[in-house]
Amino acid sequence: MSDLQAFQEKTRSWLEENCPKSMRKPMRNEFDACWGGRDCEFSSEDQKLWLQRMGAKGWTAPEWPKEYGGGGLDKEQAKILKTELAKIKARPALLSFGVWMLGPALLKFGSEEQKKQFLPPIVRGEIRWCQGYSEPGAGSDLASLQTKCEDKGDHYLINGQKVWTSYADKSDWIFCLVRTNREAKKHLGISFILFDMASDGVSTKPITLISGKSPFCETFFDDVKVPKEQLVGTLDRGWDIAKYLLTHEREMIGGSSDGSMGGRSIGEVAVLALGANENGELADSALRSKIATAELDGWAFLLTMERSKDEAKAGHGIGAKSSMLKYYGTELNKRRFELLMASKGLSALEWEGEASNDGQLPRQWLRTKGNSIEGGTSEVQLNIISKRILGLPDPKAN
Amino acid sequence: MALVYTEEHEMLREAAKGFLQEKSPVTEFRSLRDNQDPLGFSRKLWQEMAEMGWAGILIEEQYGGLDFGFTGAALILEEMGRTLCASPFLSSSVIAATALRFGSEETKANWLSKIASGEAVIALALEEGVKHDPVATSMTAEKSGNGYRLNGSKSYVFDGMAADGFLVLARSSGEAGQADGLSLFMVDSKVSGLSSTATKLLDSRNYAALVFDNVEVSGGDLIGSVGAGLTMLEPALNAGRIGLAAEMLGCSDQCFESTTEYLKERKQFGQIIGSFQGLQHRSAHLYSELELVRSAVIKAGQDFEKNPEHSGMIASLAKAKSGEVGILAANEAVQMLGGIGMTDELDAGLYMKRIRAAQELLGDYAFHANRFAKWRGF
Repeated sequence: MSDLQAFQEKTRSWLEENCPKSMRKPMRNEFDACWGGRDCEFSSEDQKLWLQRMGAKGWTAPEWPKEYGGGGLDKEQAKILKTELAKIKARPALLSFGVWMLGPALLKFGSEEQKKQFLPPIVRGEIRWCQGYSEPGAGSDLASLQTKCEDKGDHYLINGQKVWTSYADKSDWIFCLVRTNREAKKHLGISFILFDMASDGVSTKPITLISGKSPFCETFFDDVKVPKEQLVGTLDRGWDIAKYLLTHEREMIGGSSDGSMGGRSIGEVAVLALGANENGELADSALRSKIATAELDGWAFLLTMERSKDEAKAGHGIGAKSSMLKYYGTELNKRRFELLMASKGLSALEWEGEASNDGQLPRQWLRTKGNSIEGGTSEVQLNIISKRILGLPDPKAN
Repeated sequence: MALVYTEEHEMLREAAKGFLQEKSPVTEFRSLRDNQDPLGFSRKLWQEMAEMGWAGILIEEQYGGLDFGFTGAALILEEMGRTLCASPFLSSSVIAATALRFGSEETKANWLSKIASGEAVIALALEEGVKHDPVATSMTAEKSGNGYRLNGSKSYVFDGMAADGFLVLARSSGEAGQADGLSLFMVDSKVSGLSSTATKLLDSRNYAALVFDNVEVSGGDLIGSVGAGLTMLEPALNAGRIGLAAEMLGCSDQCFESTTEYLKERKQFGQIIGSFQGLQHRSAHLYSELELVRSAVIKAGQDFEKNPEHSGMIASLAKAKSGEVGILAANEAVQMLGGIGMTDELDAGLYMKRIRAAQELLGDYAFHANRFAKWRGF
């Protein structure tokens, strides 16, 4: 038996023993998703147990080094773990910006002390992180951000405002872009800093979206004192980290949703809701052809994500390709949710009540509209592709 | 399997690119067209390709082939698409070579080594209407002694005017519209009762309309079992579809790259037009679509190589997507080039015509989207 096969068998039996039965069912609602954190309210004992077991094993961050609490798996092993988790339909033990975003940045740019201090609690889901990037005056033009960070000798002092901070009101710590140099060119005066959301002077205010939900906040910093060792990487060079993280974020958003409903294709959802003709084909032929197009594109897109990972592994990936994946993935997701809405007809409009799980579908549909805005709008991604991949000249400034 | 090419594949691609750009640049295609070459390709060049082993790339070594694998064949087609190189490669070396795997020992011995050496060209005689529709086949194959008698007609047979033999799908039982009852035959072009006339299409390649008038074939010419012709032919059709997808990817890439270069040179309103966001965003969108096509073509090639009998869905994805994006690439090229894009002097129009033909052959977007939807349960 090869090493990988042995690993697969060991993984399978560990999961069989350790993944609680109730964690092998699809999530019913947002409360079934576990984000961890200091004040985490687990929806069940099983959910807590599942996080603890996976966290202890390092499998919430399978590919991080063991010395920082990670699973220490190589790519092949991580793939096997993912497959085995999918086979038993296991819920993710932890959803975490710490795992998806801050961790990779710290592994690349952080000091040894920072890695030792911050990574293990991320793996165990003990600290929930949020990301402080956008500001009221710095959206697509992120590098024009103005949140001020002053050197006060033994500490930094932060003043300013962030917006679209995901789950700021529920997070324990923030990784934040701040301006440390007002004289330098805008990209060269930004630093990347970490601090506790319980610090004096931090306050948050949720923003209600068209979906009726409030996943984002406005976040205010009023004379927040931050220890100097919490600045990551080089002073004034935080933009490099920001760009690196944005690449990660783009890949994440681009590939986050496959637009599937409980594992069914859109076409199957439509057949169930609207009926089929005698050949088993969706009776509404105009809708059918639109869905076929979206599913062809969806499949080709999944292959493209897979290929881009394979290219990166083979050492000839292009960083700017993440812009293409982000652009295409989010636009595709919007199309797919439009079709899901059409497939469910009037029932897709139900906003409250048990039948619609309190309007789960229409709220998701509305949420997808933000995917092509956050993490850099579709238009910004097209600009990046034009410039960095196609080598087209900058638009002339007015 | 990783969705990247191996070093061996990259070497083949480089060799093919070098050869085609030297021996068969677009100017060669132009001169064949302008001289109204009846075949639309150069026999001499085809012989050179055969000598390099291309003609037998999918054929087993015992018949003189390279047995290199399907991905290699797709790469050659992609490079042929780039320079609009016309040749019987797709018909003979991809489609026929795949179908003849199911032939009798006698048929294989007769034809495979001739395909590999470039001595014989085989074309697929399939369509009877104006849309790709194998089950609609109504040409008849009646039992006659130990063999069969073929009656009916076939149209739009690509490479049909160059062919020394035809793969013919005919109905041995049942009626048009049924998948069962079709049988596949290997027919020598010199057989009595078979006549062909040329059909001129916009892509300046050779197409034939064939009439079968009491054509007698032997039992040994039957490929696979009687009545199961479509099952026998399906892998070959998928090979052809993926091959056309690869060719269209090459065509589209070339269109896109030369258009992008033009955007970096052409000035209007005192500015390089490539600096206009209106054009940038359309280019970036097309780039993204082309990346999707590339992924589908690579995956389809790999899957076909591994398991030719179960490659229908991925072949449909590759063919549908490459045709859709090919049309977009050609349209955007002409539009962004502006007035000169409409002239015969520029190559954009030549690519547009070839893409139009290639996306229609062996099933257009709607045909493959429909197949795909059925497989996906709707």
